[in-house]
Amino acid sequence: MKLVLEQLTKIFPGREKKNPKDVRAVSEMSLTIEDGELVGLLGPSGCGKSTALNLICGLEAPTSGRVYFGEEDVTDLGPEHRGVGLVFQNYALYPHMTVRQNIRFPLENLKGAQKLTKEEVEERVQEAARIVQIEELLERKPAEMSGGQQQRVAIARALVKKPNVLLLDEPLSNLDARLRLQTREEIKRIQRKTGVTSIFVTHDQEEAMSISDRIVVMKAGVVQQCGRPQEVYDRPANLFVAQFLGTPRINTFEGRVKGGKLFIGEDELLKTSAPDGEYSVGIRPEGLLVDDAGSFHCGVTAVEVMGRDTSVVFTHAGSGEEQLRAIVPGGSVASDKKEQAFSVKPDKIFLFDKESGERVELS
Amino acid sequence: MKKKHPLLGWLYLLPALLFLAVFLLYPLIDVLVYSFEEGYNFASQSYRGTGLYNYAYVLRDPYFIRALKNTFIIVIITVPLSTGLALLISLGLSKIKFLRELYQTVFFLPYVTNTLAVGLVFMILFKKTEYTDGMVNLLIHAFGGSSVDFIDGPYWAKMFVMCFYTVWVVMPFKILILTSALAGVPEVYYKAARVDGTGSFRIFTRITLPLISPMIFYLVITGFIGAFKAYSDEVALFGTDLNAAGMNTIVGYVYDMLYGDSGGYPSYASAAALLLFAIVFTITMINLMVSKNKVSLH
Repeated sequence: MKLVLEQLTKIFPGREKKNPKDVRAVSEMSLTIEDGELVGLLGPSGCGKSTALNLICGLEAPTSGRVYFGEEDVTDLGPEHRGVGLVFQNYALYPHMTVRQNIRFPLENLKGAQKLTKEEVEERVQEAARIVQIEELLERKPAEMSGGQQQRVAIARALVKKPNVLLLDEPLSNLDARLRLQTREEIKRIQRKTGVTSIFVTHDQEEAMSISDRIVVMKAGVVQQCGRPQEVYDRPANLFVAQFLGTPRINTFEGRVKGGKLFIGEDELLKTSAPDGEYSVGIRPEGLLVDDAGSFHCGVTAVEVMGRDTSVVFTHAGSGEEQLRAIVPGGSVASDKKEQAFSVKPDKIFLFDKESGERVELS
Repeated sequence: MKKKHPLLGWLYLLPALLFLAVFLLYPLIDVLVYSFEEGYNFASQSYRGTGLYNYAYVLRDPYFIRALKNTFIIVIITVPLSTGLALLISLGLSKIKFLRELYQTVFFLPYVTNTLAVGLVFMILFKKTEYTDGMVNLLIHAFGGSSVDFIDGPYWAKMFVMCFYTVWVVMPFKILILTSALAGVPEVYYKAARVDGTGSFRIFTRITLPLISPMIFYLVITGFIGAFKAYSDEVALFGTDLNAAGMNTIVGYVYDMLYGDSGGYPSYASAAALLLFAIVFTITMINLMVSKNKVSLH
């Protein structure tokens, strides 16, 4: 089902003494999510992404703005009337019920015309269990399962009532690293298989980029950028987005454009059509190429061998940061090197306006 | 680690064991022994013979039968009633924000109030004197009823006051426990249930109740035990001569047999005490067996 958010705003009023200021958790968020899309809502903690999710599922009422499911305005409907499935960070499986009872629970709430017969209920439970591959765990209690299995049960419980929209709130953050990788593939698979429109919230950019059709990057309640993961990575709207996406983090420098050329410190990097002036310059770690004839001269602090790649930790006069990084092919920089020159890939280097942080086209 | 002398552990336990032996184990065995000794006399330390005579006597004693009946009525009425009411009040408390702390304090007050002081308050509410019929009777008059003597009147009236009093006295602790049990149910379960369209009654019966059931059963079991041991509350309301008031309890009977006006019969007292123990033990076992099937410990 298509989902439209229109100028959605949520303000939490300040409490009298403790925090007198109102908190603008979500600010004029507008977003259209196509039927069957998997969208990752991404941002640092406190950026309003969970609030946005609560607004979509109806657990919170927006201060202003509308929410549409398909053509229907659901803004004033409670969560039970929206047909959403919600998966919580800590799964929220009822501990006193077996997996079967947990998955069955939402179906038992159905009333009137929606009410299912016993056989239909069992069939739906089986089907949901089959999709998330937990058929053999149906008689267990949540405490007798691993985190990954519990997460699957939570997804099955959210899917069993065939929701219009599946919402996942930090679904992977309680899992260990290996399970997290597995489970995110699993979520992607389940979403493809059921074709349910899904939104998932995360603070992990890698997680969001790897499985989302589109990502929405948020900061302080405001949507910064929205687009396909690669597109957002390659063409970040501003310095925040550039810094938030990518590991290792993008290197930032103080730079200036003079006479059509970009300078960082004394080093002339490349030609540009950007107007003269001071800029923040971002260079992705993979955008630096080992080139002894290159124009970008750096002091090497450490060479970290990672096998296939080598991570070069360096400093540069044009940046206050101590931990600048370049990712280069393994063995291309000797481990005792004290200085190294690089050339840069033009598509991995971004100019940002010093005031607004907005990206300025390089050429 | 150096190998310790095997008796060293017992040495460490000795002080505690000594106290337990002197003040718990010895009296327990003593009571058991007394209960089988016929006509034991404190002064001469002598008895006529051994056997089940004391039990037979106690079980035929109309005062004991009355005490047994009173105790059972109090238990059966007050334990479910106080637990149920406490649950309702705790639910109410967990739903409101405004003045919640004030209410919590008010509900907890009886717990810290002296039993006899509470008894006095109940006297004012219920006792008929030459000057007044008591506040409750004034209310009954206002609704067009006629006076009832709750303290010295008919049995049902006395039992009503007794149960009222007991419920009121035991409720604060239950409210305290249940309020914290309710607060201990993670909010996220309610959110999940709401998203799934669960009605509030179903949320209560299917989620809240099972999750706090261990606490409820704790309260029921300790409530049963406490109610079976009722005595001081009865004294607070009806004075020390409970037999005359017809409101004696098993513990009261034990006390009377030992120290009362007609007392001096440790053998009968011991037999009654052991009968009480047998009852409480049986009921508790039944409770535990029921709870094993119903209560989900997680």
